[in-house]
Amino acid sequence: MFKPLADPARRAVPVFVDGVETPAQEGETVAALLLRVPPHIARHTPVQETPRAPYCLMGVCFDCLATVDGETSVQTCLVEVRPGMRIERPRGKLRITA
Amino acid sequence: MNSGHDILIVGAGPAGMAAAIELRRLGLMPLVVDEQPRPGGQIWRDVERQRPDVLRRALGPDYAAGADMVARFRASGAEYRPGTRMWHIERGLRVFLSQDGQAFLAEPRALVLATGAQERPAPLPGWTLPGVMTVGAAQILMKGSGQIPDRPVWIAGSGPLPILYMRQLLAAGGQIAGYLDTTPAGAARRALPQIGGALRGWGDLRKGLGWLRDLRAAGLRLQRGIRDLAAEGETRLEAICYRTADGRSHRVAADLLLVHEGVVPSVHATLSVEAPHVWDAGQGALRPVLDDWGMTGIDGLFVAGDGAGIAGARAAVARGRLAAQGIAARLGRPATADAIAATRAELRAATAARGFLDAVYPPPDTPIADDTIVCRCEELTAGEIRAAARIHRGGPNQVKAVTRCGMGPCQGRQCGYTVNRLLAETYGQTPAETGFFRIRPPLRPVTLRELAALEEGREAP
Amino acid sequence: MTHPDVLIVGGGLHGLSAALHLARAGARVQVLERRFVGRHASGASAAGVRTLGRNPLELPLSVIAMQMWHEIAALVGDDCGFAAHGQLRVFSTDAQAARERARLAALQAAGHDTETLIDQQQLRALVPGINPRFIGACHAPRDGAADPHRTLIAFRAAAEAAGVHLREGAGVQSLTREGGHWRAETGAGTVRAATIINAAGAWGARVADLVGETIPLSAKASMMMVTERIEAVIRPVVSIVGRSLSFKQSSQGTLVLGGGIQGRYDLDREETLLDFRALAAGAAAACELMPAVGGARITRCWSGLEGKTADLLPVIGPSTLAEGMYHVFGFSGHGFQLVPAAGAAVAEMVGTGRVPATLTPFSAARFNSRDVAA
Repeated sequence: MFKPLADPARRAVPVFVDGVETPAQEGETVAALLLRVPPHIARHTPVQETPRAPYCLMGVCFDCLATVDGETSVQTCLVEVRPGMRIERPRGKLRITA
Repeated sequence: MNSGHDILIVGAGPAGMAAAIELRRLGLMPLVVDEQPRPGGQIWRDVERQRPDVLRRALGPDYAAGADMVARFRASGAEYRPGTRMWHIERGLRVFLSQDGQAFLAEPRALVLATGAQERPAPLPGWTLPGVMTVGAAQILMKGSGQIPDRPVWIAGSGPLPILYMRQLLAAGGQIAGYLDTTPAGAARRALPQIGGALRGWGDLRKGLGWLRDLRAAGLRLQRGIRDLAAEGETRLEAICYRTADGRSHRVAADLLLVHEGVVPSVHATLSVEAPHVWDAGQGALRPVLDDWGMTGIDGLFVAGDGAGIAGARAAVARGRLAAQGIAARLGRPATADAIAATRAELRAATAARGFLDAVYPPPDTPIADDTIVCRCEELTAGEIRAAARIHRGGPNQVKAVTRCGMGPCQGRQCGYTVNRLLAETYGQTPAETGFFRIRPPLRPVTLRELAALEEGREAP
Repeated sequence: MTHPDVLIVGGGLHGLSAALHLARAGARVQVLERRFVGRHASGASAAGVRTLGRNPLELPLSVIAMQMWHEIAALVGDDCGFAAHGQLRVFSTDAQAARERARLAALQAAGHDTETLIDQQQLRALVPGINPRFIGACHAPRDGAADPHRTLIAFRAAAEAAGVHLREGAGVQSLTREGGHWRAETGAGTVRAATIINAAGAWGARVADLVGETIPLSAKASMMMVTERIEAVIRPVVSIVGRSLSFKQSSQGTLVLGGGIQGRYDLDREETLLDFRALAAGAAAACELMPAVGGARITRCWSGLEGKTADLLPVIGPSTLAEGMYHVFGFSGHGFQLVPAAGAAVAEMVGTGRVPATLTPFSAARFNSRDVAA
């Protein structure tokens, strides 16, 4: 759906999306990355398990919620990628771990 | 932990930065918090970043002008905490915030909410499908992450933002499949009585008209008077459907649709403390009642920027400065009468064209079909809201209680105005009579662990 | 002017339940609600259906209510979201265990078998994620929780189907005796009725005051927190000995946390204000109970206004001053479970003119006698 414009100032940042190493761009938000990684979604909803992609990118729709480095329900449009970051796209109701 | 500041500014966009700069000039030290990683707000998002020329040119001079403001804010010496979210305000001004998962309190003597606006939720069939996003979202992707649609994109809606974004997108090398203008027919004619104000704000209008001319010269396919827009697809957007002014229905394949139906002030925070609000019929939205410094009905609580009513970045800067001058006077550091007069004059100039713009781009009046999702979080349709209204005859809060509409993590930010509209239609009321959800804290979801850390007598780990 | 047999002041669950039972018994009933049905305590309830840990004076009524909850659909045509997954009251020290054992022994001696003591192994079987510092619990297996809004909808619908006339948006302004009847001036005009039932919740003492009767009543604003939807982690409702927490998971998957943590309130403005410093203690208790939920996000908090008596028992019975007036309010934060039985008992009391044995501990006269004793 989206492509990054060539920008030599941005370095590649390796992150993991659902366990798969994925090149992100320095300075982009996790939501921006998820829009580029098939299937271009952030999660399946906890109510009817329908797929959702980031919608507003400014912190008011809560459709970009994903798990980032173990923290659940993170608004990924408000978080920039960091090297080694682990991003999981939840499916349905939140799984909690101790 | 208490932040220990007398003045707290929430939001580092035009209004918040202007307020901070002015307070520093008057010898006061505010704390500025913002949920983004860098200052600028949505309009000047990421403006500090070095960029390839093509992107810098595409974003245009109004965007670039934000760099100066951000630099002045950085140099002002105001304490600035990015990545910090406000999640509750108690009257008497106790403010709950979190940064990096750590909650803390501020008990300022003055609080400036410079939290701006959000795009008006524009429910249409299929708007929850991946592949449907807002124009504002796409613009943020361009500013912040340097991304543009990889194929010709469909854009639909109304207002100045789609025109600006299309211009930026073309300049950056993107392609547009078509612009479906949903502005109600006749809006421009109804705007004529507002033309006097518009002439005073002529610069902005001329700029907008120029952009549209450029877009059409570049071959933009523009269709006006679009109705019954719908997104279709199984697990993601596959096609869009719409009806043109001549009554014909169309269906075209699409993998990305950007929608925009104007912007509305962020009012959740001021609603949550039950500050008085009015229904702004021209903008089809609530806004807080403010005195001529921007203070709400709650002592010490100020609103500056688009949160005070949509008026754009230039007005936001003036409102931010005015709020700062009002606070400085309360804290015994008044600005000069000349400085205050200059701020007020600037605010008048910056808002002159607003009535005309509101009339040109009225809130959408397209009927909302029963099978359209209204509450994205709880996945409830307009038909379910209407049924609850018919059975229970209650206001927004009763409908919320019986349907769960507005109970999800967005806390009604995506469904509040739609519920208001559906109930007003069902009951034959005005939107002001129907009212809005009572806003339950927290303003942003916080984890049990974050809140638990505030237990009195408990030390931070 | 309308002429019901019974005018009920207050459209909360207790008013609706009394209305339903009276209408089914053949009375013409009008319910007058100042705002809207369930505006305060009923709509803000945690909806615990609990015999566990109740004052023994309430247990006879509570036991009847529990049987009614297990057949609630027969009463109101909907199961009200009631699920009997049990309630637990957990403890972490041997001293607490000893006190609970003594309490249960006294209960059993009085003929109540609603609760049993379980050990840590049984507790962990019921709540797999529980913090191992909790060593046992009192367990009421037939207890559970309902959905407060479904309950309101069901009681309202059943009452209206039984012929109850419900008037929202109108309160009562005055009550005067007139020729063996009550004359009520209300926001919806004058109502003449043989019987008045005061089901005005936190404002119950104010309605009593309309007939010159003084009933000492304060209020409480118990706060609630609810989280986003998470996977199923717990079935029973759990409270902790010595801490203000009740912890449960709704059928939607949200965690619903309450337990009487108090916010602030203003009876005149009919509003409550949350106190997040106090809520923090509740969140800390939840994290202590089940550490894995610490990362779950709170999406909403609220509180409701409820009447509270000095002995935390409700006021249910005839007015001590005025003939043809009955009270049913002051449930002190634990009235939800009693709803079906209290309404039935009130209807019986109005119909027969006699106070059923289950209601004798709740007489309004108990405050007078205490004043005399003091």
